[in-house]
Amino acid sequence: MNEATTSQAEPITGPTLETRPEIAATQAKIAIRNLDFFYGDNRALKSINLDFPERQVTGMIGPSGCGKSTLLRCLNRMYDLYPGQRATGEAMMEGINIVDPKVDLNALRSRIGMVFQKPTPFPMSIYDNIAFGVKLHEKLTKAQMDERVEWSLSRAALWDEVKDRLASPASGLSGGQQQRLCIARSIAVRPEVILFDEPTSALDPISTLKVEELIDELKQDFTIAIVTHNMQQAARCADRVAFFYLGEMVEVGTAAQMFTAPRELRTQQYITGRFS
Amino acid sequence: MSTTASAGLPSPNLRSSGPKRDPAVALALGRSRKRRDIIARWLCVGATTIGIALLASILATLLVRGLGGISLDVFTKVTLPPGSDGGLLNAIVGSLIQTAIGTAIGTPIGLMVGTYLSEYARGSHLGNAVRFVSDVLLSAPSILIGLFVYTVLVAPFGGFSGIAGCIALAVIVIPIVVRTTEDMLQLIPVALREAAVALGAPKWRSIVFVCYPAAREGILTGVLLAVARVAGETAPLLFTSLGNLNWSLSLAQPMASLPVTIYQYAGSAFDDWVRLAWAGALLITLGVLAINIIARVVLRQRS
Repeated sequence: MNEATTSQAEPITGPTLETRPEIAATQAKIAIRNLDFFYGDNRALKSINLDFPERQVTGMIGPSGCGKSTLLRCLNRMYDLYPGQRATGEAMMEGINIVDPKVDLNALRSRIGMVFQKPTPFPMSIYDNIAFGVKLHEKLTKAQMDERVEWSLSRAALWDEVKDRLASPASGLSGGQQQRLCIARSIAVRPEVILFDEPTSALDPISTLKVEELIDELKQDFTIAIVTHNMQQAARCADRVAFFYLGEMVEVGTAAQMFTAPRELRTQQYITGRFS
Repeated sequence: MSTTASAGLPSPNLRSSGPKRDPAVALALGRSRKRRDIIARWLCVGATTIGIALLASILATLLVRGLGGISLDVFTKVTLPPGSDGGLLNAIVGSLIQTAIGTAIGTPIGLMVGTYLSEYARGSHLGNAVRFVSDVLLSAPSILIGLFVYTVLVAPFGGFSGIAGCIALAVIVIPIVVRTTEDMLQLIPVALREAAVALGAPKWRSIVFVCYPAAREGILTGVLLAVARVAGETAPLLFTSLGNLNWSLSLAQPMASLPVTIYQYAGSAFDDWVRLAWAGALLITLGVLAINIIARVVLRQRS
């Protein structure tokens, strides 16, 4: 977040960026190679190659229908819910090919969490919303669970607002609180990667700011992928930004480089608002 | 740029002056809109009045006649021959038993079929076939269901029985619960299911712990509709539990029920039997009303 904001104030030039060691040195948590995705016969992703570096925020931008959400949904195999959707190629995470049909989906999803566009609180109490996911993968005592609930709500910057009403229904929270609850619910499972699919598009500006700060904070522990329609958001949150167009990954680079010196003409046209 | 664009327009004059609005025409249009609004509103009010008036008239008649027939004897004595001050105890208890068991058998089956249709059989041929059959069953005349159970359970096993009545009622409950369960589960946003699955929840857990609670009110409403429907059913019981003038709690014996007793008594020539029939009809109506109110109160407290 910080480097992006400063970059807008005083543009960083190319050479400075290339010497930044933390971006060059980090390992890819997920490495996508030649990934294709099909909705029936419609090829929605075309030979995607993209790395998601560990403990960094990778932003995905592009016009509607360009495949960025589709790619996100490949990473936790959400497409398995729908017959006729399939992916081929490689998405390697620590020796496992995520799109391999033989992968244990429930175990995979405990390692890769997801936060959706609209807040999706379950019809149960705030406490049970957090406990739901944890119970799927761990056997905890009541005390341990209490501790986990407090930990995850604190990490999601929601604990102070809800600690006195953990037993009340989650539907009573405001939209922004619900979205942070969903983030808490994801991190309670202690995944390694969190996918954000336009997490702030249904939120007001203040809640958006809180979620963005949260993402910035969470990248200390988690590898993050975020799809966004908001270019300022990509500039603020992401370390690296990938631009998608018509099912192709056109260009990827550091946020500063993408927004100040894009290599591709299509990227430049998109970020300057020439087409959408 | 802008000069060339305006020069290309067919009639540049239109652009500079702009079309004028005739105030008289606007006023007339406004008046006619208002008239149509009034007509539409009164049509709706009229239709509502007719519906409510019919219902009120039925309820008023039922209340006046029914209250006249209700006494302590109705609840303490069993049905007796005309002129000997009988009650409806055996019919009330019989109705409660058969409605309860019928609902208890039909609800889980209907719930599971509805879940299958909504969650597992979207767009499959088998699912479509099951849905079609269930919808046919939903609108099948209830006397056919009575005859079906008669053929399958009464005739081969040598006699009318309470359990046959329960099963006939269950057959009526099933399609109602199937329909409402499927409809209510379909109303749940896709994002909610995906959110459960994204946490690593297996499908059954997302259905039982996320979808059912989210659809709870609708599903319960469906069950209540089914209870209300079967509590007043006569035809399916005529061929199955038959009715019993004596006190009996055995499910293997013929069993009395309010609707069948009303059917027998209302057409009789005896004044006291006719009075009891009205009292029975009022009891069924009040019972269904009470179930509805209780369910609503309980639901509101929980949510």
